[in-house]
Amino acid sequence: MQVRVTITLKAGVLDPQGKAIEGALRGLGFAGIDGARQGKIVDLALAETDPARARAAVAEMCEKLLANTVIENYDIDVLG
Amino acid sequence: MRSAVVLFPGSNRDHDMVKALYDVTGFRPTVVWHQDATLPDVDLIVLPGGFSYGDYLRCGAIAARSPAMLDVARKAKAGVRVLGVCNGFQILTEAGLLPGALMRNAHLRFVCKEVKLEVTNDDTDFTRAYRKGQVIRCPVAHHDGNYFADPETLARLEGDGRVAFRYAEGTNPNGSINDIAGILNEAGNVLGMMPHPENLIEALHGGLDGRGLFESVVRTIAA
Amino acid sequence: MFQNDIDITPELIARHGLKTDEYERILRLIGRKPTLTELGIFSAMWNEHCSYKSSKKWLKTLPTKGDKVVIGPGENAGVIDIGDGDVAVFKMESHNHPSYIEPYQGATTGVGGILRDVFTMGARPIAAMNSLSFGEPDHPKTRHLVAGVVAGVGGYGNSFGVPTVGGEVRFHPRYNGNCLVNAFALGIAKRDGIFLSEAKGVGLPVVYLGAKTGRDGVGGATMASAEFDDTIEEKRPTVQVGDPFTEKRLLEACLELMQTGAVVAIQDMGAAGLTCSAVEMGAKGNLGIRLDLDRVPQRETDMTPYEMMLSESQERMLMVLEPSREAEAEAVFRKWELDFAVCGETTDDLRFRIIWQGKEVADLPIKELGDEAPEYDRPWVEPKKAAPLADDDIPAVNDVGAALLKLIGAPDQSSRAWVYEQYDCLVQGNSAQIPGGDAGVVRVEGTSKALAMSADVTPRYCEADPFEGGKQAVAESWRNVTAVGGDPIALTDNLNFGNPEKPEAMGQFVRALQGIAEACRALDFPIVSGNVSLYNETHGEGILPSPTIVGVGLLPDVTKMATIAFKADGDEVLLIGGHGRHLGQSVYLRDLFGREDGTPPPVDLALEKKNGNFVRGLIAAGRVSTCHDLSDGGLGLALAEMAMAGRRGVRVELGDLAPHVAVFAEDQARYLIAVKPDIAAAILADAEKAGVRAERIGTVGGDAVDFGAAGKVAVADLRAAYDGWFPAFMGGGLA
Repeated sequence: MQVRVTITLKAGVLDPQGKAIEGALRGLGFAGIDGARQGKIVDLALAETDPARARAAVAEMCEKLLANTVIENYDIDVLG
Repeated sequence: MRSAVVLFPGSNRDHDMVKALYDVTGFRPTVVWHQDATLPDVDLIVLPGGFSYGDYLRCGAIAARSPAMLDVARKAKAGVRVLGVCNGFQILTEAGLLPGALMRNAHLRFVCKEVKLEVTNDDTDFTRAYRKGQVIRCPVAHHDGNYFADPETLARLEGDGRVAFRYAEGTNPNGSINDIAGILNEAGNVLGMMPHPENLIEALHGGLDGRGLFESVVRTIAA
Repeated sequence: MFQNDIDITPELIARHGLKTDEYERILRLIGRKPTLTELGIFSAMWNEHCSYKSSKKWLKTLPTKGDKVVIGPGENAGVIDIGDGDVAVFKMESHNHPSYIEPYQGATTGVGGILRDVFTMGARPIAAMNSLSFGEPDHPKTRHLVAGVVAGVGGYGNSFGVPTVGGEVRFHPRYNGNCLVNAFALGIAKRDGIFLSEAKGVGLPVVYLGAKTGRDGVGGATMASAEFDDTIEEKRPTVQVGDPFTEKRLLEACLELMQTGAVVAIQDMGAAGLTCSAVEMGAKGNLGIRLDLDRVPQRETDMTPYEMMLSESQERMLMVLEPSREAEAEAVFRKWELDFAVCGETTDDLRFRIIWQGKEVADLPIKELGDEAPEYDRPWVEPKKAAPLADDDIPAVNDVGAALLKLIGAPDQSSRAWVYEQYDCLVQGNSAQIPGGDAGVVRVEGTSKALAMSADVTPRYCEADPFEGGKQAVAESWRNVTAVGGDPIALTDNLNFGNPEKPEAMGQFVRALQGIAEACRALDFPIVSGNVSLYNETHGEGILPSPTIVGVGLLPDVTKMATIAFKADGDEVLLIGGHGRHLGQSVYLRDLFGREDGTPPPVDLALEKKNGNFVRGLIAAGRVSTCHDLSDGGLGLALAEMAMAGRRGVRVELGDLAPHVAVFAEDQARYLIAVKPDIAAAILADAEKAGVRAERIGTVGGDAVDFGAAGKVAVADLRAAYDGWFPAFMGGGLA
């Protein structure tokens, strides 16, 4: 089972990399950018076949390692 | 004073720390491999600088989940003094032994330079050889030293005198909130700091300002 | 399905960078048509990068021997004796082409490769340096290259844990299409603990160590030997990715394993990875090698033998082990979470055999692969030399203070702090001098001795006169090592030039090498390792000839060392080597008047030696601890740097000399020292006895560099201009 974890910085946490991206895009002439935030994606290949159990397992992985919940949120997509 | 330095794959200031501890305390620290589930009984455990696990995922994140860290957490709870420098500080926050997080430097670049540190609290196990308000020199070398904590945590740290060191004289190299360079846990036996006192302990380094930190621990243990 | 036995067409041969006569040589050598895998192996072994086919003839003429040379060119790195059973192991290597295509990864893999060269020999790296040349600051690609290369150099070295203690950064339009990234590393070992690539013994296991093999860099060495054109963007996929975390573990595992006595021979996989390393080990040991590719750890699926043999995946090693120690060796590598696989054996048939899926896909004579590589005597012509300037062709300035301020804030003379603050220069705790002085200095752990090293070349001098420029590069490196108190022992070179198939460019190479050789002989400063990078040319325009030299010297006692900073008001400033007159090719003409003309300053090697030995003696005797050599920008630049570093001014008396000439002439073999007033007279007397020109030119003090009636400039203003240029150029940001 393929599961995608998207990790993003919590709102309110300064994101210097996002700011740099925003600035660079403006520098390239892209108008109308109201913000850019950078995150990361972790794709997991799991032996588990039950989507609910897969989701629960990945949530635990996020809490224990994949995300730093002091500054990050995570989002789990079971891709099938 | 007996001490132990925990070695992770990717640690690279372990050697500097071992030398500094030996130089200041006269005792050679035990080096502990991160896979060892039990650390020896010592007065001070040090998590050295470096790039444990290549800083992959997040700085310190993977090292914080190693077997040795479980024992570090147990011993910290029991009152053993723990010092985390640079990557060691990152590991301590990732392991939940210190609050907050260390984010990418505000200018996004690695920075290696000398900064000024104000000793914010001299009534701690790690700072009693300094004077409160004293400004010392100390080098930094990191990519992710930008300390962040939510407002409540920050208020608690400041209110309880748990900010041990602050970047002084406009030398904040990374955008840390409140110029925070080093913090203590609630019990005061765990210190995390980004600057490298172990790199300013002999004439060759051009100064001795870093010795005070190690001398403080020696003094605390002796008392 | 991979077809190994395909028709070798002329087009296929050309795509492998082989010329028709080179292919015919292959046919003669093996007596049949090569398989596709074999063709790939030949192209890797016979390209310029690996075979040195255009340069070999001339490299043989360089002086490589000396009392302290333990191992000269031909191994992974050179080795010199530094006393007490210790040796220093060092080399410099270019990663120019990969860095231009993908600056971050190009630079990281350059640093990774040179570190691997050093620890492959059993030495722990204790210092790194680099020499970077970029196009003009205004060129649209320059900022992107500077940002990427600097971050890459730092990203790798910092994580690996080696202090970067020096280097150089320059800008010139002639590097617009070809930047130069030359990386240097130095390690320490015991003399009896050096490891070589020569395999010994038949039937011994050949072991693959480190990271897995992927398709990265397939054809990379061929790319490094080709001129750039507009297809460059398509070449991007061949760039390798560096992983300092793996390399750090590889270092620790290799050094741990070497301690056990299990290692017979070791070779890192650099350009053309498995091919070059295996051939090197077998050919040097007069042995054959059989490799079973199915046992090679692979990162990707369905890799062909062709791809595996040409892969340039990083952080890999090949070793020949004592068979009885295999399990012990494997345990060390498993502990460091690295791949370990026995993938072949040594044989007595002098053949290089590759087995894949049970079939033999290559069977080549191993010695001939290296030894019979083509060697060319490329036609060359005497390069055009710049004409000398007439005295009245050199404009004066009214205020040398204002001129100095302008020069110190110019791209090439301004502070490199923006660059070197991204490098960890302190890790390991032995750095005695970090970037910003004349040379990097690193203590040898557990001793009071230290090693000094400096990377130097003045490409505009080499362009105007390759012979004098070659001499000057060696002399300046020798002088910088001397200026901190080091006794220069040996050097490594990185010879960056244009297309050797053009007689003009080949002439620059030949003449520069002759100059280098002459300087090495005169200064007793042999070459122990090096690298050649040719074809640095885009759309027919070559780079400035840039033979980078890194000289290494020994300070017997690190407490007797000099730095450039003025230390105390009232100290007397003495000029060693006399006032200068030469302004041809000076930064004064270039940055104030936009002129790059005239001849470069001639280098009198006997004078270099005499003046340098005198200065070094003063430092070693503990009489002088403030010293700076004179180079770009002459006396003026040196005074400004000493004043800024010491945060104090200096009052200079020029007498009736023409101020712009005295302040900015770039005559060689000169130093500034600052001494306590009570010993100045004695030092001047000693100089006279030694036949060294020395004179008192000023006094430390005040808050300006003050030339009296000729002009003055505040140290604070110099500092602002000096510190300001680079951050402003790179777009500012938090300091």
